[in-house]
Amino acid sequence: MTAHTASRPNALTPADLQIGAGRRRRERAIGALFLAAAASSIVISAAIIITLAGNALNFVVQVDPGKLVTDGWFPRRGLYDLATPIVGTLVISGIAMAVATPLGIGAGIYLSEYAGRRSRKILKPIIELLASIPSVVLGFFALAWISPNIVQALFDAPLFNMLAAGIAVGILITPLVASVAEDAMHAVPEYLREASYGLGARRRTTSIQVVVPAAVSGIVAALILGVSRAIGETMIVSMVAGATGGSLFNLNPLDQGQTMTAAMTALAIGSDQVRGAALTFESLYFLGFLLFLMTFGLNLISDAFVRRVRRKY
Amino acid sequence: MAAQSEALSARDLVARRLQGGGSDWRSWVLEGALLLSLLVAIGILFVLVSDVLMKAFPVLVERPLDFLTSTVSARAERAGIIQAIIGSVTITLIVAALAIPIGVGAAIYLEEYARDSRLSRFIRTNIRNLAGVPAIVYGLLGLAVFSTALGLGSVLLAGGLTLAVLVLPIVVITTSEALIAVPTSIREAAFGVGATRWETIRSHVLPYAAPGIFTGTILSLGRAFGETAPLLMVGAIAGTFSFVGAPWEQLGEGYTTLPTIVYHWAGYPQAEFRALGAAAIVVLLGVILLVNATAIVLRNRYDRKW
Repeated sequence: MTAHTASRPNALTPADLQIGAGRRRRERAIGALFLAAAASSIVISAAIIITLAGNALNFVVQVDPGKLVTDGWFPRRGLYDLATPIVGTLVISGIAMAVATPLGIGAGIYLSEYAGRRSRKILKPIIELLASIPSVVLGFFALAWISPNIVQALFDAPLFNMLAAGIAVGILITPLVASVAEDAMHAVPEYLREASYGLGARRRTTSIQVVVPAAVSGIVAALILGVSRAIGETMIVSMVAGATGGSLFNLNPLDQGQTMTAAMTALAIGSDQVRGAALTFESLYFLGFLLFLMTFGLNLISDAFVRRVRRKY
Repeated sequence: MAAQSEALSARDLVARRLQGGGSDWRSWVLEGALLLSLLVAIGILFVLVSDVLMKAFPVLVERPLDFLTSTVSARAERAGIIQAIIGSVTITLIVAALAIPIGVGAAIYLEEYARDSRLSRFIRTNIRNLAGVPAIVYGLLGLAVFSTALGLGSVLLAGGLTLAVLVLPIVVITTSEALIAVPTSIREAAFGVGATRWETIRSHVLPYAAPGIFTGTILSLGRAFGETAPLLMVGAIAGTFSFVGAPWEQLGEGYTTLPTIVYHWAGYPQAEFRALGAAAIVVLLGVILLVNATAIVLRNRYDRKW
């Protein structure tokens, strides 16, 4: 304190507190660099939309509308029945959700409301490990284990079928549904539980009638996110659902089926053929654009639900 | 007398209510069902790993080294994964070199520089949306931009660039979370002694956020390591070819990766190729589980409460 008073005659001026020109220039350059990095994401989005929409538009303009409603999806023969891959996608996603909804939400409720601190610490990482399994591995597992040991053991079905693919996709999205649902229930404030226990409610009543309703937006968000992921899943359906070259319209889950994503890989794997036949390249991007719009819409809805939970608590 | 018996019965009533009215089987059933759904999910992981190990057993026992160092071949007894290992490692390096600096930079901009402007809100929403775009759509982007428009063709570099774009939003989101977790008081301390924004970030924010950033980054590299669908769009070879070379010689060549080769071998009906596929999965899962286990351990170790 005394030192400061002593040096008051040559006290600091505002200029002393300002940074030097060189330091300021470096500061600006670094800031601009980070802004450029952030702006790259806009470039990526623009590139995605332009390439998808542009080629999809080419397809819509050039295709003969009569070929969009035929017996099946056979792009190499110029038959583009849109209902075939879309319905196949919906069948497989439906099966996947039938698997992932009870497993994911059940696991989420258990982790959030029942598991003790210690078991949570072990169980959660295992769920995360399950989430990290690449989809190609689950595709292999579906073909080598689920299809022969579950589907073919119960039903009269070929090795490649939509049911086995749907089950595997369900397993793939279960950890996602579980962790998003668990986050939502974890965000429910403790005082709601305490109030419920204070009224003499059991844990069962508290979980099902207090916590789950309070977190319902987040649970719905988890399920919508799951559907979005299931629709976009590619490797499992390409490996297990059959129909690599094309497919007739099919609703039976015990038979082969075509999804939008599997149709896309089938077209791309022989990439020379993609460029060869008349509209196959464009049809690939048309399916991609359709898929992009569907998942984008679902993600937006899911986001809106998540935000509703956040606003509430 | 009457009053006393009434009081007793009331006491009984309350006691019964508090104790849950004797055996509460419904609660047991619910807890059992919830636990079961969790155990089924976990059980699948064990069935999967043991099934793959069993199927891979003949390859892993009879010719482990030969399998790792041979090229893809149409003859099962000679086939191996050396090209897939080189391809996967090189692609992961390309992804790391591109997605980490750009992704971390973008996150620093959003969390440390940007005011709550319309631009920054737009970028934030945009990145969240990009993270939800299906992987195969990135493959379409790579096919149109890197392979076709830039004229790279079906080469490894195109694959690496495609996956770098795919992983970028994940790196931004995880890095942002790590930066937000650093309390403002740490920044204020640095600003208070006259540090500029960048000096504050470099000397104060980044060191505290480093474990979180590192965890998120290696998780996203693990994601790139296991990705298949977008690579099929930009020409990863799901078949046999003979080229082998050092990573830098691979950039402009045809390539394959571990997941692509699993896809390839899974397509054969014969048991010998199934065994090869399973053996390749053992290597792939080994790397991915190791990466994820490291991330979990790191997170538990450096998880601090301010």
